[in-house]
Amino acid sequence: MSANPTAVANTGAPVLPDALGHFGIYGGRFVSETLMGPLEELQQAYERYLKDPDFHAELDYELKHFVGRPSPLYHAKRWSEKLGGAQIYLKREDLNHTGAHKVNNTVGQALLAYRMGKKRVIAETGAGQHGVASATIAARYGMECVVYMGSEDVKRQSINVYRMRLLGAEVVPVEAGSKTLKDALNEAMRDWVTNVDTTFYIIGTVAGPHPYPAMVRDFQAVIGRETREQSLEQFGRLPDVLVACVGGGSNAIGMFHPFLQDEGVRIIGVEAGGEGVASGHHAAPLAAGRPGVLHGNRTYLMEDENGQIIDTHSISAGLDYPGVGPEHAWLKDSGRAEYVTADDDEALAAFHTLTRTEGIMPALETAHALAHAAKLAPTMDRDQVIVVNLSGRGDKDIHTVAAREGIRF
Amino acid sequence: MSRIQTRFAQLHADNRRALIPFITAGDPNPEVTVALMHALVAGGADVIELGVPFSDPMADGPVIQRASERALKHGVTLGNVLDMVAEFRRDNSETPVILMGYLNPIEVMGYERFAMAGRSAGVDGALIVDMPPEEAGDFAELLRAHDMDQVFLLAPTTSDVRIKRICSTASGFIYYVSLKGVTGSDQLDLEDVAAHVAQIRACTQLPVGVGFGIKDADMAARVAAFSDAVVVGSALVERIAACGDEPERMTATASAFMQDLRTAMDAA
Repeated sequence: MSANPTAVANTGAPVLPDALGHFGIYGGRFVSETLMGPLEELQQAYERYLKDPDFHAELDYELKHFVGRPSPLYHAKRWSEKLGGAQIYLKREDLNHTGAHKVNNTVGQALLAYRMGKKRVIAETGAGQHGVASATIAARYGMECVVYMGSEDVKRQSINVYRMRLLGAEVVPVEAGSKTLKDALNEAMRDWVTNVDTTFYIIGTVAGPHPYPAMVRDFQAVIGRETREQSLEQFGRLPDVLVACVGGGSNAIGMFHPFLQDEGVRIIGVEAGGEGVASGHHAAPLAAGRPGVLHGNRTYLMEDENGQIIDTHSISAGLDYPGVGPEHAWLKDSGRAEYVTADDDEALAAFHTLTRTEGIMPALETAHALAHAAKLAPTMDRDQVIVVNLSGRGDKDIHTVAAREGIRF
Repeated sequence: MSRIQTRFAQLHADNRRALIPFITAGDPNPEVTVALMHALVAGGADVIELGVPFSDPMADGPVIQRASERALKHGVTLGNVLDMVAEFRRDNSETPVILMGYLNPIEVMGYERFAMAGRSAGVDGALIVDMPPEEAGDFAELLRAHDMDQVFLLAPTTSDVRIKRICSTASGFIYYVSLKGVTGSDQLDLEDVAAHVAQIRACTQLPVGVGFGIKDADMAARVAAFSDAVVVGSALVERIAACGDEPERMTATASAFMQDLRTAMDAA
């Protein structure tokens, strides 16, 4: 059950990305010359270890015994009943060690870093989930870890900041620009270009320069592969609809990718609508942005009419990003996947509903996917199936939810 | 011959090295940029690198990041930057001007439109930090068709094979990034830089400039001893930023700093 990029090739469909990391016009490697060599080195190492049975054996072992995979596919019966339509199943990535899907990728990249002889890892983080996952795996392998985090996010996610520090990571607040995830990514890139000989940059989402979008996808695709098997076991066929939230888009692509060739499976990504797409205060580049170049790849971006990246807004720090993984941009244009939005209020409502109805408190990021599933399910038949990727748990968000409701601790 | 070729040929004949200052257009405000460009030339600059502000300057250190932020507070756009070059050209038809920046503002303007607008403004070249040759497609040819060069970077991490490949398609001059790091870093290893410049020279007849981390006259002189051009950015931007809101002080400071660098480089 480990990363297998040739899976698509077996179906006769084109293997994306191409050798230079392009998904159609998207993706690529838009970085300064200093990083071109290191990215080439990373790509070669990744391709080498993809074919290495020892690497896969170790990855599988870690995913099983350290992360706790496979994660359950859970039938949310009460919620489905309440909605009165399709049956909703939840892929429980929230039950992974560290509480989100992020760790699937950090384990893979850390194993790669270790084999490449890099003793220092760096990461960017928004909500802190990827930072925690990186700090965790660095502790596990005895590596030095530095996490860059926008100073706004440091304030919003103080508990995760403390978790990272407990794990031995250095958390560096980034004061530049909008002081959020995009600025953390800029700063991590600057660290990497400076310390490239000793340092491995663990990017947390399916964005960045090639090979990151493909590599992170391959490490996250375990979600979709398990979902396929579990679907066949539990209801004897593939789901009718897959739903996942999309910030950078790693949990979504991990769920979607193994189903891309299954034409009967409808694929829906849910972006953060913030205060509503019409308000301009959102983080929905696929819904309301246009193609451009940022952070090493061409993709849909939130930008002004002069090509400057604009501030985004979402109640969830993890979706508060002006770009999106290039493969999502390609899936949107090709029509294979649909992209919709859920706004802050809808996500909050879904957060409460799932918590009260199923006893599962989802991350606010995930709540966007749940909000869309709640809209969709009543329009479908009772024998149809929606699988929602429950990408993370909500403990980290209780302060945000409380503050929104005027509650102080 | 292009302005860049003419300028380097003349410097070569005089056995001098090019002094290339970098400032961010619109920093600290749009009104002072053209005056600063003239002041740089008066102080001894041979080529001007004019930074196009961008919201996410991934390859830049804190000094140039802040310069970009100051310019963007004034809403400076790529179109405004081209207007500044056109204004500069009214009084200076000889000093080459190279735009340095990131790809996205050019993507939004459109490559063809940028090429046409750049030529009519009097721009001589473009150095797009996040557009390596692999992603440039025929952009370099498009620029050349409009009398501009795409200046490519080479770095300490660039392999021999890449150096040869990039040199074979480059025009204008080669810009060697002297260290692994962002602009304005503090870790220049001159012996290592000299060795790389020699290696690049073996692959191309084009002038080789060196930038990133050159902070003062002494270092400029030492780099001038083995290169064709010295680029000074953060050290200049920092000096201008220290001048408060006084345009005359800014232009005087910029000019005086150029004279320092020029004197040291010519004595080298």
